[in-house]
Amino acid sequence: MSSIKPRVKVPKEVSIDEIIEIKTLIRHPMHSGRMKDNNGQIIPRQIINSFSAKFNGKEVFQMDLEPSISTNPFIVFQYKVKESGKFDFEWIDDNGEKYYISKEMTVS
Amino acid sequence: MKLKKLRKISRRNALLLIAGFTGTAIFPSISFAQSSQALDRINEITKGLGATESDIYFDLPEIAENGNQVKVTFEIDSPMTESDHIKTVYILADGNPSPNVAKFSFTPEMGSCSAATRIRLSKTQNVYLLAENNNGQFLMTNAKVKVTIGGCGG
Repeated sequence: MSSIKPRVKVPKEVSIDEIIEIKTLIRHPMHSGRMKDNNGQIIPRQIINSFSAKFNGKEVFQMDLEPSISTNPFIVFQYKVKESGKFDFEWIDDNGEKYYISKEMTVS
Repeated sequence: MKLKKLRKISRRNALLLIAGFTGTAIFPSISFAQSSQALDRINEITKGLGATESDIYFDLPEIAENGNQVKVTFEIDSPMTESDHIKTVYILADGNPSPNVAKFSFTPEMGSCSAATRIRLSKTQNVYLLAENNNGQFLMTNAKVKVTIGGCGG
C-alpha cells in the first residue's frame, strides 16, 4: 500500500558518546481484529507486529507490537553514538509486508 | 408485644445488611486479585520466579480521555554495559482483551534503557511494566490509568 509511509527523526550531526533520541512513526491502521466496519462486519486483524532498528548492519533495538498498540505506531528510543553510520529501520505487518527507511548519521 | 416483634425483624434485617455489605466489600477484592491476567502473564514470563517491585520511571497519564492513544514512557536505571544491562521490557495491561501490549528488546549499544510509544486501553485499569536484565532477574512496576473513552473497539 502506498499510503503506508514511515517517518523517522534522527539527529544529523552528533558527537561521540552522546545519547540521541530517535523518533519513528509509521502510518498504519493497526486493525486489532475487534473493530467493526459500518456494516457490522469485523475488520480482520492487520497490524504491524515487529519493528527493528539496525545500525551499520547490527540490530540494536527490536520491538514486538500487539493489537493494543495505537493506530499509526509511534516509537521513541535512545541510542549511544560511537561512530558515524547508517540506521536501517524495518516494520513488518501481519501480511509479511515490510517497510523500510534508512537514515545517515555523521559524527562531527 | 408489637414492639418486640418489630425489633426482631429489624435485628434480622440488620444482620442481613451487615452480611451483604461485608460480602460485597470482600468478594470483589478477592476476585480482582485472582483474575488479573497481567499478573498471570508476569508469572508465566518469569516462570514462577516473580519480579521485585522496583522504582522505575513509568509515565502514563492518570486520566486518559481517549483510550485509543495513551502515551507510555519508561526509563530504567541501568549502566547498559555488556555485563549488566536490561534485555527485555514487557508492557502488560490488565483490562485489555489480551494482556500483551508490547515487548521491547534492548541491547547495550543503546546506552540507556528508555523508550516511549502509544497504546490502546479499553477501560480503567492497571498497566504493568516488567523488565528482565541479562542475569535473568526481573523488575516490575505498575500504574493505574483512568480511561474515559475506551479504545480496542469492544
